[in-house]
Amino acid sequence: MPMDLWALYGSTLKSRLFEEAVARLWYDGLISGEMHLGTGEEAIIAGVVTQLREGDAMALDHRGTAAMLMRGVEPVLILRELLGRPDGLCGGMGGHMHLFSRKHLAASSGIVGAEGPAAAGYGLSAQYLRPGAIAVAFFGDGAMNQGMLMESMNLASAWKLPVLFVCKDDGWAITTESVKVTGGDLVERVRAFGIPTADVDGCEVFEVWEAARSAIERARGGQGPSFLHARCIHLEGHFLGFPLAQGMSDTIREMPRTVLPLAQSVLTPGGAALRERVTGMKTFLGTVRSALNDPRRDPENDPVRRLRKALPSDPERLRGLEEQVEKEISRALESALGEMPS
Amino acid sequence: MRTLSFTQAVDDSLAQAMAEDPRIILFGEDIELLRGKLLVRFGPQRVRNTPISESAFLGAGVSAAMSGLRPVVELGMVDFVGVCMDALFNQAAKVEAFSGGKWTAPVVVRAPCGGGYGDGGQHEQCLWGWLAHVPGLVVLVPSTPADAGGLMLAALQHDGPVIFLEHKLLSESWLESLGSGGRHTVKFDVPDEGTRGAVPEKWEPLPIGQAALRREGGDVTIATVGVGVHRALEAAKALEEEGTSAGVLDLRSVAPLDRSAVCKAVAGTGRLLVVDEDYEGFGLSGELAAVVAEAGIGCQYARVCTSTTVPYARHLEDQCLPNTKRICAAVRQLMQ
Repeated sequence: MPMDLWALYGSTLKSRLFEEAVARLWYDGLISGEMHLGTGEEAIIAGVVTQLREGDAMALDHRGTAAMLMRGVEPVLILRELLGRPDGLCGGMGGHMHLFSRKHLAASSGIVGAEGPAAAGYGLSAQYLRPGAIAVAFFGDGAMNQGMLMESMNLASAWKLPVLFVCKDDGWAITTESVKVTGGDLVERVRAFGIPTADVDGCEVFEVWEAARSAIERARGGQGPSFLHARCIHLEGHFLGFPLAQGMSDTIREMPRTVLPLAQSVLTPGGAALRERVTGMKTFLGTVRSALNDPRRDPENDPVRRLRKALPSDPERLRGLEEQVEKEISRALESALGEMPS
Repeated sequence: MRTLSFTQAVDDSLAQAMAEDPRIILFGEDIELLRGKLLVRFGPQRVRNTPISESAFLGAGVSAAMSGLRPVVELGMVDFVGVCMDALFNQAAKVEAFSGGKWTAPVVVRAPCGGGYGDGGQHEQCLWGWLAHVPGLVVLVPSTPADAGGLMLAALQHDGPVIFLEHKLLSESWLESLGSGGRHTVKFDVPDEGTRGAVPEKWEPLPIGQAALRREGGDVTIATVGVGVHRALEAAKALEEEGTSAGVLDLRSVAPLDRSAVCKAVAGTGRLLVVDEDYEGFGLSGELAAVVAEAGIGCQYARVCTSTTVPYARHLEDQCLPNTKRICAAVRQLMQ
């Protein structure tokens, strides 16, 4: 299957516009709980998912909306699910962290790392029941330190399971910088399981697509699992309303509320020596600063924008495609917000 | 007396203990930000972030406790305990028994629990019954800031593993981070009495395993914990207008259970209603029925619990979790 840039752009744009609509509904209070968007990782999802076919399975994390959409789940069904409606994808029972589509063999989990064992099992059933089919696991760099994911890689390697492990590495495990809690190199780690690896820029859909192509071919051919490490950014941080991002959007109101109690803690009698306390203060502010000023959030690194730039020049085709995607999303939105069926 | 929010009270009590006992260290997911005040006051050696590796860091907390430290290990949510259950039920809970009583693991596991803000069934569980099922684990579920601080101090002084659960509806900071995310467009049924309240200037440990009678009542005893306490109090007020006198017993600790307080109250009223946000089957509600039956107390019994996976949709969730309406209906049924 050759790479189709226009189709890839269509997929990433659809996902982006969809999630921007989701964000608006969330801010309006129509969607409850946390909201983890996949904005910024669309090129990774598109580069892999557009190469899947009937019988392939997906093990998704708490950020699975983009993968569901690109796999072909009806946008309106996901929207209704997020709105908690009985006619949603999962009857309003799951929400965005727990999207399930049996038809697409696609299941999500909000438990970090759970995608590993899930993909191993899908791979196992593919070996028996659907030779040539594969399983994909999508997870973040935080999950790479979960035992169950490492165990699954070993299992997949030992049993030559047709699994593609995809690490969407944005450098953060919730609000913790991964580098501060991770020993060694992630790609090296996986290589030690005897699994072939590829390390790509996840903002470049070509790189992802090419690496995924050979990994998927390998898995379909019965040669076992592969690992795709793709660096990316999350444009909205870990989740919407991310405490750190709030400080950024409303610095004057939020920062004193955050920093004043800390300043008091430097002076409270009892506790560490002053030097230690200053180090503590630096640790805290350092985390806030590096999250807020993540240089990778430069719009130039937006994968959808990059892909758009890389398209062959054909303004008419581009306009047509964008209009079509916009229409599809607004139709889904209208329909999702419409009357509940009686 | 000062006024503090629920989570401030826990952190304040922790700070008092940390200032007195250098063996107390804190680690868990994202706690450098969550416990910023403690990080600054006690330094990064005593307050540190972990990778998302619950099996490793909770397991390490258990053996660090066995070898001289007093770790307080934080899980992002009690739901995530599934990932590292072995450290609790096969390791921490067994140390004292296996060593013939010669060794213990005084680790405190702190975790937010509970629902009511639309996060779905993998992030809103209570699980205290499941944890309390295993001999050797203490499971505390405070319902007010004063109890939260006092019980945290008690947990730190307890010579064995303690699981300390903070309900997210009672915790301003958790609800803000997970429920509202800075939005003013969402509302939650938050029991005000549980979220902010008077606390002592200097914390004293509360006795573990001692229930508190929050409201006297002659017709029926409602036994409950956590947010259930506030729902039961609200129901009791409504029932009073109908002429039914409902007492509310806040168990505060699921394990150990204050059996005598339960028996005493039920012997007086002859009716027991258990309000439990945890799952209905094989849990606290059934355990309380067994407690009164074993004591030979005849009573009418009913329970209002969570009997299914907690739905994501807010309106379904509100029906699934114990609410005042369901409590009132159950009491009326008992009174017939």
